[in-house]
Amino acid sequence: MAEPTITLNVTRYRPGQDQAPTTQAYAVPYKEDWVVLDALNHIKDQMDGTLSYRWSCRMGVCGSCGMMVNGTPKLTCAAFLRDYYPHEIRVEPLANFPIIRDLVIDMSDFLEKLKSVKPWIIRKEEKPVVQGEYLQTPAQLEAFHQFTQCINCMLCYAACPVYGLEPKFLGPAAIALGYRYNMDSRDQGKEQRAIIGNHDGIWDCTFVGECSVVCPKDVDPAAAIQRSKVDMTKNWFQSILMPWGQR
Amino acid sequence: MSVTRPEKSKLYYRKMPATWWLQKQSYFLFMLREFSSLFIALFLLVYLVEIYQLTKGPDAYAAFIHKLSSPGWIFFHLVVLLFALYHSFTWFQSSAVVLPVRLGEHLVPRQTVTALHIVAWAVISLVVLILFLTLKG
Repeated sequence: MAEPTITLNVTRYRPGQDQAPTTQAYAVPYKEDWVVLDALNHIKDQMDGTLSYRWSCRMGVCGSCGMMVNGTPKLTCAAFLRDYYPHEIRVEPLANFPIIRDLVIDMSDFLEKLKSVKPWIIRKEEKPVVQGEYLQTPAQLEAFHQFTQCINCMLCYAACPVYGLEPKFLGPAAIALGYRYNMDSRDQGKEQRAIIGNHDGIWDCTFVGECSVVCPKDVDPAAAIQRSKVDMTKNWFQSILMPWGQR
Repeated sequence: MSVTRPEKSKLYYRKMPATWWLQKQSYFLFMLREFSSLFIALFLLVYLVEIYQLTKGPDAYAAFIHKLSSPGWIFFHLVVLLFALYHSFTWFQSSAVVLPVRLGEHLVPRQTVTALHIVAWAVISLVVLILFLTLKG
């Protein structure tokens, strides 16, 4: 009996050669324990070495292999063929990003935005190393722990129609990471992350909520954004009602 | 560290189609939620006119109320009611995301928070309805 196969319809785009992306179909062996990334690797190794895509760890840690699988942003290392078989699978580059080649997108916009929220601990004054670590209670850790799980895979940007329509929007992951440091009891740099509260920051978000749905790490950027809105509104009212009080 | 951008002329930019919100159920439900505000705004306009009629005396008010009892207006209010119910439901869903509720060390599940909101809403609505019917009678 012939080995079962599954068809992958893969986006191809060769810069300088193609006017627009096209779709190429590949019939790859169907194996129950294969993920879409395994199928892509099979194509690259055995069928067509010209296919370009990003990948690295194959275990949902590096965040490199995000692509649109049947229109939904997914880590291809976690998208099993068995969940689609016997139907064909459409593999496209992450939505809302420009295409460099085939399935490879240009992520520089995301990287700039990520850097702009200063995702690191900022202290007004660093204490000397000899004085030891900055201590934290489990409850203080719990306040932001979920948001530390982000692997910068950009699936949330591909799922966000606001980012698709308004590319200036700071976007889910960058805001969630800014929020993560704002909520960290060791951090004192909230004022330096004012970009989060700008018009292109949290206030651009209309709470579609898909960012949290597609996140492979259950980070919930939508919650981070909406809670930031509440915090900022509370601070604003406080500053109006009690201008003499400390914020 | 500065981010090196690839040459822009070689990139391919995809445009979001105007029908993007029809491509996924969750996007459609989002649009429906946003759209529901329009009907609530329309209802408020009618309500403002109703209050205005009240200032013009009992006859003008009675005439306006009579006008509202026509099938067209009843249909309008039914549509508004459906959108208002959907809008309120999504509001309670959103509230559970925005305001996490803690009981000691445990986080109350979002579905529970939404369900409690809906129960409170139903109880308050019932009380208001009973008060209305009692005072009217």
